[in-house]
Amino acid sequence: MSIAENDTDAVENDETVAVDTVEPGPRERTTSALTGEGRQELSSRAGMGAKELLREVGAVLRMSESEAAALADIEADPDEDQTMIINMGPQHPSTHGVLRLMLELQGETVLRCKPIIGYLHTGMEKTGEQLTYMQGGTNVTRMDYLSPLNNELAFSMAVEKLLGIDGDIPERAVWMRMLLSELNRISSHLLFLATNGMDIGAVSMMLYGWREREEVLRFFQKVTGLRMNHNFIRPGGLAADLPAGWRDDVLDILEMLPGRLEEYEILMNGQPIWRERLQGVGVITAREALALGTSGPILRSTGVAWDLRRDMPYLRYDQVEFDVVIGAHGDAYDRFAIRLNEIRESMHIVRQVLDRMPKGDFRVQNKKVTPPPRARIDESMEALIHHFKIFTEGFKVPEGEVYVGIESPRGEIGCYIVSDGSSNPYRMHMRAPSFVNIQAMPHMMRGGMVADAVAIISSVDPVLGEVDR
Amino acid sequence: MSDNVTEAQEQMHGCPVVWSRDQKVLLVDRADYLKVMKALVADTFDMLVDLTGVDYLAMPARRPGAGVKPERFEVVVNLLSIQRRERLRVRVQVPESDPTVPSLFDVHPGSEAHERETFDMFGIVFDGHPDLTRILMPEDWQGHPLRKDYDPGRIPVQFKGANA
Repeated sequence: MSIAENDTDAVENDETVAVDTVEPGPRERTTSALTGEGRQELSSRAGMGAKELLREVGAVLRMSESEAAALADIEADPDEDQTMIINMGPQHPSTHGVLRLMLELQGETVLRCKPIIGYLHTGMEKTGEQLTYMQGGTNVTRMDYLSPLNNELAFSMAVEKLLGIDGDIPERAVWMRMLLSELNRISSHLLFLATNGMDIGAVSMMLYGWREREEVLRFFQKVTGLRMNHNFIRPGGLAADLPAGWRDDVLDILEMLPGRLEEYEILMNGQPIWRERLQGVGVITAREALALGTSGPILRSTGVAWDLRRDMPYLRYDQVEFDVVIGAHGDAYDRFAIRLNEIRESMHIVRQVLDRMPKGDFRVQNKKVTPPPRARIDESMEALIHHFKIFTEGFKVPEGEVYVGIESPRGEIGCYIVSDGSSNPYRMHMRAPSFVNIQAMPHMMRGGMVADAVAIISSVDPVLGEVDR
Repeated sequence: MSDNVTEAQEQMHGCPVVWSRDQKVLLVDRADYLKVMKALVADTFDMLVDLTGVDYLAMPARRPGAGVKPERFEVVVNLLSIQRRERLRVRVQVPESDPTVPSLFDVHPGSEAHERETFDMFGIVFDGHPDLTRILMPEDWQGHPLRKDYDPGRIPVQFKGANA
């Protein structure tokens, strides 16, 4: 159905409603599995009774119908021509990529908000079915492009669990994975501080955040060869060992950061404008956050101390000491403060990893998943054949299905893989934390000012690459 | 599935429990789906982490385990109990002839976006969903891309106004 047809149909139904906001009510909409399911946009205010409000807000708050009806009365002015629907994005500089929000405004107050996504959808889950397990890392690493190593880690751990080699990964590989994923958490949170500052108007913070992040990315480049999209953590271990001098590079970063974080505190926390732009903005309660399935800093800002690294430990997080940072108010300021302090906790973990990094192999010595060392290929025909086979055909993974969830900087990133016994995943699904977290945005924005919408988007810290996949 | 799934020894709310790579999986009949999900919330599995679908068109010989009859589609729900620090996976068989399951929106409001995505990608209809529209694909897209009979390299590409 083309847009024009759709609009004409709708106008015939009700000529008084503005064309842009028209869409069939939820009950009139066809539920057939064919196409033409209706517009993805906000439904018109005319169709917004207490029942719709109950769906939109009441279900999350677990309200009764009468409570939601009372909520409908609070609606400042339900008259259609008193409100305005505007599009924020997808080309808005503060929407972090291609997020589009439809906001219904009355004056400067946001009455409703609906995130519309899909502009960056490239079918990465379908692509994942065409690539072998060997190649899969190159695909998943591009989803959350600000924490690529965490994507690779979730994918690799899922494949290892399917192969049944998750217990055989050498200690050095496990600790290296921890080192890299914590440094990645630092670089991702530094970028959050930069963009959060930029969105609120503290533009100098943007420069400082990117500057410090670059130091971490420089280390990644030394280790993996690339600043981003590393494909370094692979099923069975890692692509290579740490280069000579890595310890000094990490120590340099650890030495540089604490002073810089102090500066940020002076620049941001010491500034009343900054605090007033964030404190009490975008409040979400623990009950709402849990009902919506959010995770990471958004959930922790409401006071729920839930961190998969501590509560369902993977790698060797049960052997290192760190604090789970939580907030009390569930507002944008708490989410900022949590991420700032998580950088400190990650540095604490990295220091412990430096002290305890064991010697040994960086990948499992299992001929099935591990290519032969480069030097062997020159000496042995079998090694050459093995190398050729593993890179052209990949390795077969026994039939089964598995879900692995880990704590990425944005929350729980999960990988669900179904194997049919071949060398490609039958189905590869990533549970992207940003995809779930942006569903909390309408609840944070409700009743707030349109200027705060920018602060709220920023405080959720979505990465549209993994939202749309 | 085959060797790696043990046969059902235990039951939860009348549904067989199987273990897949040491992960607890509950095989739920479509008719009991909503009832069991509500009961699981009372069992502290109150956080819906993920909901997705699988199209088993190309795996006709598979066995979901515990004598459950395989169907073309499967809806997979990952639940989490923060209190018990446990995960539980619920799998529901959905027949090709009638790809409909009840929506979890009233039990887990967070399922809304996941169900829209699963509908968009597989064409599985979630009965009672407040806004079952496409979420990732354009609203006038034909077909459901993650179905196994959807050809990925298909030309022309469908976009509004483009006559490729």
